[in-house]
Amino acid sequence: MQALLDGRLWLITLGALLVLVGVNTALQPNFLDPSVLQSNLTTFLPLVLVAVGQTYVVLGGDIDLSVGAIVALVNVTTVSVIAALGGTNEAVLAGLAAGIGVGLACGLVNGLVVAVLRFQPIVTTFATGIVFSGLALRILPDAGLPVPEVFWRGYAGGAFGLPTVVIVLAAVVAVTAVVARRPFAIRLKAVGGQRAAAFQTGLAVGRLRVGAYLLSGLFAALASLCLTGETASGDPLMGQTLALSSISAVVLGGTALAGGVGGPLGSLLGALVLGMIGNVIFFAGLPFEYQTLVQGLIVLAALAGGVLVARR
Amino acid sequence: MDRVTAILKDPLLLAALAVLALLGLGELLSPGFARGDQIVRLLTVAAILGIVAAGQNLVILGGREGIDLSVGAVISLGAVIAGNVMSGDDAMILPALLAAGGVGFLVGIVNGLGVTVVRIPPLVMTLGMMGVVQGALVVLSRGVPSGNAAPALMAFVNQPLVAGIPGILFVWAAIAVLMAFVLRRTLFGWSVYAIGANERAAVLTGLPAGRIRTILYGLSGLFAGITGVCVIGYTGNSFISVGDQYVLPSVIAVVIGGTSLAGGSGSYTGTILGAIALVLLQSVLTTLQMEFWSRQVIFGATLLLLMLLYGRQARLRV
Repeated sequence: MQALLDGRLWLITLGALLVLVGVNTALQPNFLDPSVLQSNLTTFLPLVLVAVGQTYVVLGGDIDLSVGAIVALVNVTTVSVIAALGGTNEAVLAGLAAGIGVGLACGLVNGLVVAVLRFQPIVTTFATGIVFSGLALRILPDAGLPVPEVFWRGYAGGAFGLPTVVIVLAAVVAVTAVVARRPFAIRLKAVGGQRAAAFQTGLAVGRLRVGAYLLSGLFAALASLCLTGETASGDPLMGQTLALSSISAVVLGGTALAGGVGGPLGSLLGALVLGMIGNVIFFAGLPFEYQTLVQGLIVLAALAGGVLVARR
Repeated sequence: MDRVTAILKDPLLLAALAVLALLGLGELLSPGFARGDQIVRLLTVAAILGIVAAGQNLVILGGREGIDLSVGAVISLGAVIAGNVMSGDDAMILPALLAAGGVGFLVGIVNGLGVTVVRIPPLVMTLGMMGVVQGALVVLSRGVPSGNAAPALMAFVNQPLVAGIPGILFVWAAIAVLMAFVLRRTLFGWSVYAIGANERAAVLTGLPAGRIRTILYGLSGLFAGITGVCVIGYTGNSFISVGDQYVLPSVIAVVIGGTSLAGGSGSYTGTILGAIALVLLQSVLTTLQMEFWSRQVIFGATLLLLMLLYGRQARLRV
């Protein structure tokens, strides 16, 4: 058991997820219907994406509190570019590209300020988050500006016989698998685990940390595009709770906040677990006003349990 | 030149200079900004932030990545409890204060036990606690705003008490004196610095690091609960997310005031200046009559600039 779990804490998260799926299916018999699964995945996907990106930053020993603001900035950029270019199919593509570009740019700013200027990551990404959300309000002061039908129909629909959300999820798993096989992954863990030792081994500590923030910005941008596909419009205040939820998901997935241990697959499962806890509580028929409290208690217990198991 | 560098390296002096510069800038932009009654109003707002930052300061000083993200939810909880205990009755102010502070203290102790006994990282523990307290708030208030401040409490926070100064500023001054005394003149205070700077050494000299740290989280909850009472005194009523806006500013005030997030060094005097500087900065930006978005951007950029002056981490060396 010990050997099996060594470095595979996500197995426990997976177990928790399966239990939750079982309970949810018992409470809501049509849960496993493809359409119900798809709508649940649509709801969970943005947090999954942000949490995967956050994982890389946490693995490197840092933290990114600006992801929620990046989601908002990417959203307003995308919808504004699409609207400005006339809402054609080409305009949609340009909007998607612009959104991803903005996400990467935000990640680059965070990375440079934290890793190169050596600012304290919590305070810094809080401050850059304020700047990003200010810019989002500059671009789109009020919620609105609907996206063309092709955008949200494409997100709600599918391709190759699979729903788009499933394809996105599969692509995320594929990307994390590719990243995991690159030297980048193991070097980043070294930076997060023993920064001074990593530096003395000759690793480009600064560049690796910037890389982690770039990935976080990229995944926040993808999360934003998914949210935009779901809401089909612009909102400068979108995603405000995502930063703290993503940290919960990362910890639930077995990644140590101190850095160096864990991986994005766990965070993906952790984000799904967070979403499923909300689902189960909803379907358990608790009085409405108790749902938030029970959810908070279960999440706290899960976080504590995860930390306890990780220490063994 | 060395003198200049020395001055720039002293965070207390730097924060004080920032306060003076912001005050001057405000007066320049809008004559009357630095008038006595205006300053009193600003200090009242700063006092609310400063009181919650006192607890945050203690937790951060205690080291081991100490931070309390649950203060916002506890402020809301304190405000809702106080509002319901008072229900506009002056006679119930003291019981309201005790109830809000007591509940806050208990929440903080649970945080402290989670951090020290179960050894959950403070960021995770207090983040989880934030969710629990927010849930408790929904149960308590059933989603509708409830409770209101007693008139005497509102007068104490908003109206001049002696010499044009409202009562809350005397409370803040008392807290400042108490914090300075406890941190610099008592065994407990020195123990806080000791466990924050080098826990292993502190434990080897016989200090009960876990117990001290648990008390620090308890005090942070206590200060947050008291801040909740101040908030409802300031605004008259409360809603269940009224405290959220104080969470990260309380951390920033501590950092601007020169307390290291690594723990073990810093002072509450610095945090007071940090809280005043933050409130002044926001006020100056409001005076500029800029649009909301540009105020946001300048606010964030100024925080980054302050980080540049003294929030930087040590360079890695071979």
